[in-house]
Amino acid sequence: MSMLEIRGLHANAGNKPILAGIDLTIEAGEVHVLMGPNGSGKSTLAAVLAGRSDYPIIRGSVRFDGRDLTELEPEQRAREGVFLAFQYPVEIPGVNNNYFLKASLNAVRKHRGLEELDAIDFLTLVREKMKLVEMPEELMSRAINVGFSGGEKKRNEVLQMLLLEPRLAILDETDSGLDIDALRTIAAGVNALRSPERSLLVITHYQRLLDHIVPDKIHVLSGGRIVRSGGRELALELEEKGYGWLEGGETAHE
Amino acid sequence: MSEPRWLQTLRGEARASFETLGLPTSQLEDWRYTARALRPLGELELESAACAEPSPDRGVLEEIASPLFACSEFAFVDGHFDEALSTPRGLSGDLPVRSLRALIDDESDSLAGALGQLARPKEDAFAALNTAHFEDGALVHIARDRDIAQPLHLVFVTRDRADGSTHPRIAVRAEAGSRATLIVDFVSAGDGRCFTNSLLEIDLAENAELDLVVLQRECNAALHVSRTYVRQGRDSRLRAHTLTLGGRSVRNDLEVVLADEGAEVVLNGLFLGLGEQHIDNHTLVDHAVPHCTSRELYKGVLADRARGVFRGRVVVRPDAQKTAAEQSNPNLLIGDRAEIDTKPQLEIYADDVRCSHGATIGQLDEDALFYLRARGIANDPARLILIQAFAAEISDALPAEALGERVREMFLQRLAGATA
Repeated sequence: MSMLEIRGLHANAGNKPILAGIDLTIEAGEVHVLMGPNGSGKSTLAAVLAGRSDYPIIRGSVRFDGRDLTELEPEQRAREGVFLAFQYPVEIPGVNNNYFLKASLNAVRKHRGLEELDAIDFLTLVREKMKLVEMPEELMSRAINVGFSGGEKKRNEVLQMLLLEPRLAILDETDSGLDIDALRTIAAGVNALRSPERSLLVITHYQRLLDHIVPDKIHVLSGGRIVRSGGRELALELEEKGYGWLEGGETAHE
Repeated sequence: MSEPRWLQTLRGEARASFETLGLPTSQLEDWRYTARALRPLGELELESAACAEPSPDRGVLEEIASPLFACSEFAFVDGHFDEALSTPRGLSGDLPVRSLRALIDDESDSLAGALGQLARPKEDAFAALNTAHFEDGALVHIARDRDIAQPLHLVFVTRDRADGSTHPRIAVRAEAGSRATLIVDFVSAGDGRCFTNSLLEIDLAENAELDLVVLQRECNAALHVSRTYVRQGRDSRLRAHTLTLGGRSVRNDLEVVLADEGAEVVLNGLFLGLGEQHIDNHTLVDHAVPHCTSRELYKGVLADRARGVFRGRVVVRPDAQKTAAEQSNPNLLIGDRAEIDTKPQLEIYADDVRCSHGATIGQLDEDALFYLRARGIANDPARLILIQAFAAEISDALPAEALGERVREMFLQRLAGATA
């Protein structure tokens, strides 16, 4: 059974049609990279997979581990192991980051039949994961993402991913706006998560991430459809030629 | 009934004022939105009812008041000070809180100038009613340079006496250089309809500092009107926290006169309206002299069919140069049947001032809600987290951390019990 199986997916952002027939299969243990020009539908696909109600599905199916993902509420998806690292992590004044991460982790653990962590065990775990993403500890006592730099917000996303140990992680341009050190740290976090039971869908604009994360497959999205799929060599081709040569609508199938 | 002559005169005048004024109607601008919500007062016995029942036992009181503290320091039952239930702790020297009734019966000199100096019963029906009918209450006297670390907790318990009224009266005299924290807490021991009409007069002398917390958490049938009058002397500092969590219809008026230079006031407010609750906060900050500062932040959360009213006036008199005044009233409406009428109002007659004001009405941030849900937190708890976060700015600013925690808990408990 595939980890993720998307068939003929049409979806809107609000009432604007964006996805125009996506077919994508990701097996357990695979890392896929999704590239494509602005407005091609990358973030819409991420939002649809995470369950945003303002991104309605018009047609098609999404199966996660054989189950119809579209029937699940966003929190159920998260508990089942779908994780979206947001392109623009939301600032939430008044909600302590530490409190939030603990509530989140315990909600997920409870669902998985694990014991909820108390404050001390949680702190031990979160400290260990923070080291991996080189996140200053003082960010835990602040409100969620409030006053965080762009890089700190992205580290916070990866920290959450490491804590929740999802089975399918979708990273929506987590590498955008990062300097090379931050990029390396984020990539290390992603690589730490790689395992035969886990799949990743990495959405990016930049080839440079591929210096640090070695994908199994690369897809190019254009006009709401996957127009090309291939291995690493596709990234090099894109680097050379840009996206222009793809926009004629040449479609590649598996 | 042999009260001192001066008090008899005060009461007689107040009774006459109430007869002239009558209960407010919605024709009066200040009562436009709230006169109707208080209409049931017409059916109630407005004089203080005689207290025939024996005192509740200590366990009962602790159960009611204990969400706040381990036990209450100064207890008033149906408006009457209950010495047996009061356990002033952590206080050395003279007790700073005394029963008004006891002082009146003793014809004590310490009452001189403590009652009726700031309230204006001629203009206000509820001030008149309180003055005419108060039975008991507290004189809070913080002597010169005295610094009382232990919060003074006054709890007013109303028992389930159908349609009765109480008129708690509190006079605070904070002498020069003193510091104290005063918590005035209104609770119900039942769920019957009753009316609490409280009146506080607070006089802060030079360089005095007071944290005042007024916590209203009576039952859903309670009617509550509160009048608070403050006068601040030179370099005095007041932080007032007005928290309204309970009651069917509540009207709070808080009036602060910054009467001498260097005085600073912070007015924080939080009101949570659920079900059919009606909560009205009126505030007035009077910058009468130069070089004073006022900062006001009232936050409203209204759900179901609740209705909120906020009217905040800041007056800067012609002489009050170098005034700094801020006022804001953000509101959160949950659902589409809740309502708020807000009117911040600046009246500036001086030219060298820094003043700002504003009000907002918003709903829960859908992006924030989705973010929490995308991390596994279910819709209802995620909403509670966000509503509490909105209120956190007020609960975090409370004088004692433990108090902030209790208020957060109470706030959440009420919210969680409501239809979201």
